[in-house]
Amino acid sequence: MAAREMTAVATVAAPAVRKRSGSLRRLRRRPLPAVGALLLAALVISALAAPWLAPFDPFEMNVVDRLLPPDETYWFGTDAYGRDIFSRTLYGGRVSLVIGASVALASTVIGLLIGVIAGYFRTADAILMRIMDGLMAIPGILLAIGLMSLTRASMWVVIVAITIPEVPRVVRLVRSVVLSVREQVYIQAAMAIGTRFPRLMIRHILPNTFAPLIVQATYIAASAVLVESYLSFLGVGTPPEIPSWGNIIAEGRLYVQIAFWNILFPSIFLALMVLSINVLGDGLRDMLDPRLARRL
Amino acid sequence: MWLYVTRRVLATFPVMGVVAAIVFLMLRMSPGDPAAIIAGDNASVEDIAQIREHLGLDRPLVEQFVRWLGQLAVGDLGTSIYLDRPVLGLILERVEPTLALSISTMTFAVILAIPMGVLAAWRAGSWIDQSIMALSVLAFSVPVFLIGYGLVIGFSLTLDLLPVQGFVSLSEDPLAFFRHLVLPTVALGLVYTALLARITRATMLETLNEDFVRTARAKGLAEPRVLILHALKNASVPIVTTIGTGIALLIGGVVVTESVFAVPGIGRLTIDAVLQRDYPVIQGVILTIAGVYVLVNLAIDLTYSLLDPRIRY
Repeated sequence: MAAREMTAVATVAAPAVRKRSGSLRRLRRRPLPAVGALLLAALVISALAAPWLAPFDPFEMNVVDRLLPPDETYWFGTDAYGRDIFSRTLYGGRVSLVIGASVALASTVIGLLIGVIAGYFRTADAILMRIMDGLMAIPGILLAIGLMSLTRASMWVVIVAITIPEVPRVVRLVRSVVLSVREQVYIQAAMAIGTRFPRLMIRHILPNTFAPLIVQATYIAASAVLVESYLSFLGVGTPPEIPSWGNIIAEGRLYVQIAFWNILFPSIFLALMVLSINVLGDGLRDMLDPRLARRL
Repeated sequence: MWLYVTRRVLATFPVMGVVAAIVFLMLRMSPGDPAAIIAGDNASVEDIAQIREHLGLDRPLVEQFVRWLGQLAVGDLGTSIYLDRPVLGLILERVEPTLALSISTMTFAVILAIPMGVLAAWRAGSWIDQSIMALSVLAFSVPVFLIGYGLVIGFSLTLDLLPVQGFVSLSEDPLAFFRHLVLPTVALGLVYTALLARITRATMLETLNEDFVRTARAKGLAEPRVLILHALKNASVPIVTTIGTGIALLIGGVVVTESVFAVPGIGRLTIDAVLQRDYPVIQGVILTIAGVYVLVNLAIDLTYSLLDPRIRY
């Protein structure tokens, strides 16, 4: 909040003309977040437009053209079934996008609900936070692997399995904001004039959580994309017939000695997507809340 | 002091109780009949009934849980369905590679990350700082298998310097043991190094602004002495905390790294168990790892007063 006040002061003190050049200067001094956003936009477009961009059907097998190195027909080479890796990689981006976005959204919404309850009601707090402590004691990927074993794999199951380990972190964040805000004088004032709980929550308390939540959701999306690829790589993630990056890599690892392009290109796309989301997250953090420490 | 230690030790019990409840309920709350899931797709009704009885799934939920806790209390993690052997024994058999990889990775990361973080904070804003920070964001984003296979192709297949895959026990051949550990350690260590370097830099930046650092410099102490004995020592508590909490990240990476380098450790055991729907093994592994994680972080909490004598309980 101090940061927001300072920005407000700076805006008032500086002449209106200076404002735009200020943000331009900031962009020039720290160009990385903008580069990240552009890179992410390119990856999102390439994934969304995969049906039009891909030169081949990602499922089409062509046994004659097995494990071909990259050339002008197959830009990223072919896999053991003669499928075009470039087309499969473009389609794989769609899986990562859906999973990254769904996990980020689901874990923030669930975490927000639980965090608000824990932050506001003392009795619920004790119980809910013990559950969160327990969840956090299990390493995320291990918990996701365990959850994946419970039912037949599908993309929904992957999303649930990656979301559950992420929730406690969001809960802790929201809870700490609610705990600090509820002691503020303006909340007491709102209560004194008879504001009811839902309105108090929505109008006065929740807006304080938005800045850190947006930043957190970005990091969660990056981590979800990575975890999906790990689960699929291990054979316990997205069903193998869906060409996700992790699945392409999992199939390609058998041929790593003779056809490394099978794992190289999807891995690079994966790394670029995670990197661009992380860089964007760092930029958002510096912009929205400079004091927010990077989550550990 | 002892009051705090007792309270802190006692506080681990509810956490482990919740972990046990989560692990227990996971299977029970899953969509579908756990016995049918375990039995697989081609099981007959009698098979399913037999498994249900074998696991006690026909008893009331609370009774099942209490009985299970009782078994856990005497160190019985159950019996593997697939291998028909005690889960604890299976875990102990596989513990050496995983432990070796985790310890070597932590050592590698700590040795690399702390100087990096100190250097980055000391010359904050310089090109050294910026490249160290850029590298750490990169390490957070590049998947372990890309680094892993890159190292294998470069150092094993092309240069023929190190073994491609596998694991050799320390007692069998110490040299081969270390040679097999080098590549997995580097592949896995980069993320952990990035995490520790970032936290080291952040806490060092704070302590370097403190008055006592200015005093130390003003009285003419050599810069390395100021950095290490004065600043780093005071920054050590958050760094050590992160070494502990970062183990969660490390363990996730261990599972993937073991798969890349065909290391027969706990990660491999877990994946095999998931593919075979061997629930007692999955439950046992999750409980054991969570237990180790909680204990390590307990130990770290208790060392704070050694690191920083100002902390008194």
